[in-house]
Amino acid sequence: MYGQEVKLRFFFIILILITLILSIFLILKSLEENVIYFKSPSDVKLIGKLEKNKIRIGGMVKENSIKIKSNEVSFIITDFKNEINVIYSGVIPNLFSEGKGVVAEGYLKDKSYFEASKILAKHDENYMPPEVKEALEDK
Amino acid sequence: MLYSSIGYYSLILGLLISLPIFFFSIKNYRNQEILDYNIITFSFVQLLLVVISFLGLVFSFVHSDFSNETVFNNSHSTKPLFYKISGTWGNHEGSLLLWLVVLTLFIFLFLIWSKDLLKRYRILTVLFQQIIILGFFAFLIKSSSPFNYIFPTPQEGMGLNPILQDPALAIHPPILYLGYVGSSIIFSSVLAATTLNYISRSWAIHIKSWVLSSWIFLTLGILLGSIWAYYELGWGGFWFWDPVENVSLMPWLALTTLLHCILVLEKRDILSSWIIILSISTFTLSMCGTFLVRSGILNSVHTFANDPERGLFILTFLFILIFISLLIFFVFHKSEKNSYNSFYLLSKETAILVNNWFMMYFLSVVLIGTVYPIFLDVISSQKISVGPPFYHKLIIPFLVPFLIFMAIGPQLKWIKAELKGKLYLLVLFIISLLISFFIFKNLDANFLVNTILVGSALYLFFITIKDFFIKKFKNYSQNIAHFGFSLLILSIIFNNIFSTEVIVNLKIGETFQNNRFKIVFNDLKKIEEKNYISFKGNFSIKENNTDDQLEPELRIYNQPNIITSEADIKTTFLSDKFITINTVQNEEYFNVRYQVKPFMFWIWTSVLLISSGGLISLFKKKYEK
Repeated sequence: MYGQEVKLRFFFIILILITLILSIFLILKSLEENVIYFKSPSDVKLIGKLEKNKIRIGGMVKENSIKIKSNEVSFIITDFKNEINVIYSGVIPNLFSEGKGVVAEGYLKDKSYFEASKILAKHDENYMPPEVKEALEDK
Repeated sequence: MLYSSIGYYSLILGLLISLPIFFFSIKNYRNQEILDYNIITFSFVQLLLVVISFLGLVFSFVHSDFSNETVFNNSHSTKPLFYKISGTWGNHEGSLLLWLVVLTLFIFLFLIWSKDLLKRYRILTVLFQQIIILGFFAFLIKSSSPFNYIFPTPQEGMGLNPILQDPALAIHPPILYLGYVGSSIIFSSVLAATTLNYISRSWAIHIKSWVLSSWIFLTLGILLGSIWAYYELGWGGFWFWDPVENVSLMPWLALTTLLHCILVLEKRDILSSWIIILSISTFTLSMCGTFLVRSGILNSVHTFANDPERGLFILTFLFILIFISLLIFFVFHKSEKNSYNSFYLLSKETAILVNNWFMMYFLSVVLIGTVYPIFLDVISSQKISVGPPFYHKLIIPFLVPFLIFMAIGPQLKWIKAELKGKLYLLVLFIISLLISFFIFKNLDANFLVNTILVGSALYLFFITIKDFFIKKFKNYSQNIAHFGFSLLILSIIFNNIFSTEVIVNLKIGETFQNNRFKIVFNDLKKIEEKNYISFKGNFSIKENNTDDQLEPELRIYNQPNIITSEADIKTTFLSDKFITINTVQNEEYFNVRYQVKPFMFWIWTSVLLISSGGLISLFKKKYEK
């Protein structure tokens, strides 16, 4: 019985190792593909080539910049240094308003024009996304 | 004032009670044959003191005593009584106190329910649990005391975040904590059992009720959170792969795996090392959940505190616990000798083991997706987020074999199964695939993935139904839980495919029409409530021959001054009609979102079925005793 036991144990260890390596590889691979980077309007100005990936842009909604039509909303995100125009059609969160922090997720059309597919504004009047806070503090 | 002082001093006294518990436990460990009654008495006294302390906080909230900092920060005198009470645990300090209440409650229950077990095992469990309890006492008193004074006393409190003012979310934390903290008992007993080399079949039977009850509470807790997110956050989804959701899912996955392993241990007396590791990880993940949510590392609606000291404390405490447990594991644990002699590839335990691997894989996917952004932020200060596509891509393909093993596993015998007379397994599988094929043939959806996925979910669905009516030796708990799971997967898939939504900006009196339905914005009423002003919209939705009146609400709370959208949902067996409105910068337009979400009712029902499976198993055990 001893021989069989060792063989089985060996078999199991190999199997576990293979699955472990495979799954780690798989996870890291798709992590690379599905990560969404956060950028401030100033960061956007710095990128050389337009990327096709989905990104998030955060900052403050500029005063008097929200314009609403029946099928879309447009506004400007600013970090008080650079600005970016955002166009969006979709659900508008409760706390989305001028002078408040906002994070928009979507695709860059060019360096000053962003098409958002999702807007995140958190449910707390004092809340500012940490990314936005940091982006503003850097100034 | 009075209630806070009572609360504070009984908390300190509760901490001091740990001393006699340690003293009597260590004395008792060597000396007598039977358990010293003092240990039970002092555990009870400790429980009592912690409960009094908790009630002190509850009464401070009820009486809106704003000299208490926690009350000041999280309550308001105009809040309804129910939410004053639930506000007690709707914040960092109060929720930790609730943890402590459950910790002390569970060790007391453990003591009175484990009378026929080895004395040394009981004492060691108490000792390990006391280490955790001490950690929480220290944490509460040192860095997050719920009883800090403010002087001069403010006139009015800051209020509770309105989206937390909701019946489902009022009971969500206590239920979830019962699950989280239940895993602490499993953790302590596993360590005690390892030290004494006591892990055996009889131990498995005893620990199974703890595993089952924490599992049930955790499942229900997650369900409540999910239902709340569905109607309160106004997005119409039920799972967002948000980090705070993930941290409750991870212990659930570990606990579910553990539950299945305990079944194997109970029948076969194998897998003991695996069980130790799983128990340790379940508790560690629960603690990590608390750490990640409470330390403010994750940004989300749940994140109460943003204090690095607290995070550091929990992290250090966590490392000490992990270190102790690993030390015990390596020093004391002796692996079983007879395990591989009778291990056959075709058996129930193999099926369980295979699915264990899948669960561990799902767990690591969720873990990496949750932790990686934090990790990256720390090492390179790059901000990223990991979205649902990551999880879907990695989890969905592996659900297929997972479901198939889940279907076949219970059909096999323990130790060694035979394929003879198992032709129906193949036949049923082909039938399920065919049905799924015909469902998706004419649909404009991802054909291959959906066909295979729905096929294997249907397979599990049919096999569990067949078992329910035909099988000779019924295992109702397993049967119902697995049936619930197949129903859950099916409902989620169909919900995903058949959901429709319209997002449009409308003024009062305007109408939106497309080829499926017509939405008329009739009017808007203003209603003044106790602590908020409500704007109730009236919409008529015409679809085919139905004409529904839906009334979504916008609430403007007085303190904190926050606007929330309250969805109006019309639920039927087959689908939900879901509508929310929102203002945009006080302009005339309202942002209207109307959704038709099929099978929502079945998603909730199936999770209830899954947990009722656990409940049946728990009571069956009691009954057989």
